[in-house]
Amino acid sequence: MLGLIGKKIGMTRIYETEGKAIPCTVVELGPCVVSQVKTIENDGYEAVQLGYGDVKEKSVSSSMLGHFKKANSTPKRKLVEFRSFDKSVSLGDTLSAADIFADGDMIDVIGTSIGKGFQGVVKRHGFAGVGGQTHGQHNRARHPGSIGSCSFPSRVFKGIRMAGRLGNARVTVQNLKVLRVLADKNLVIISGSLPGSKNSYVILEK
Amino acid sequence: MQSFFKRAKSLVMSLEIIKGILDAEYAEKRNSIPVFGAGDTINVHVKIKEGNKERIQVYQGVVIQRRNPNSMGESFTVRKTSNGIGVERIFPLLSPTVDKIEVVRRGKVRRARIFYLREAKGKAARIKEKRS
Repeated sequence: MLGLIGKKIGMTRIYETEGKAIPCTVVELGPCVVSQVKTIENDGYEAVQLGYGDVKEKSVSSSMLGHFKKANSTPKRKLVEFRSFDKSVSLGDTLSAADIFADGDMIDVIGTSIGKGFQGVVKRHGFAGVGGQTHGQHNRARHPGSIGSCSFPSRVFKGIRMAGRLGNARVTVQNLKVLRVLADKNLVIISGSLPGSKNSYVILEK
Repeated sequence: MQSFFKRAKSLVMSLEIIKGILDAEYAEKRNSIPVFGAGDTINVHVKIKEGNKERIQVYQGVVIQRRNPNSMGESFTVRKTSNGIGVERIFPLLSPTVDKIEVVRRGKVRRARIFYLREAKGKAARIKEKRS
């Protein structure tokens, strides 16, 4: 598995030759720095740690500063580990979008979805609400209805879907197509939408 | 407050990045399109695919609005009366199916979206020609 860290820029559209408009997302991808190469001897497993996004030196702890110094790089904001990286890289290497991705690749994208706050069951779990406005019903249109039986079992089962916090969670979107890789600008155009707001970090995996 | 401006700035920057990457690609197409707006009568040459054959059909009508200017999703609505029935078609401006646009007549209207044309009948449905 190969991957890179990027930043969601926003959405636009591209027209196919037949006139079909494809909604697509622009992602600033890399350049990422190989900040650590983990090996079985040292760490017990194999992985490649990549860093992306510049951050001021004063806002990084001295221990992390040392970590980046080892890789001969400036401090990075986001560090992500990739297991079984199918490309031989060494410490301090810089990976850009064109090194990993090409036009037409199918990829998975991981991001953090937009936080929606405390939401009811209709929005959060797709419940249908409690029927219509008639038959004496007047004040519980978007309620969950019954959450269990009566004297047996005398409790609510675990895992019953209820209202609560929605969004702001790690979301993976699978099988998205890379429409274009703009190597000189470190940008990638991906068909479809990605989780998260603009300027949020996304991980692209191949 | 500072973070608000920071955020606004970064969002504007991302808009510019998006505009920058595809503008060059579609610049030729955009430059080939004449200036037109609401009230103008235009001919839209539409590519139509039937099986393997491709032909061009001309759709003539009055532009009643242009939407999302200067973006990839820019579109315009053309209205005509066909056998007494009002027909409106929406075309994406940069779509490859829109082969050519010709301006037939410049209309003098006072607003950017002339939806009143839908209800207007007879004399009220006329648009004066713009004198230049």
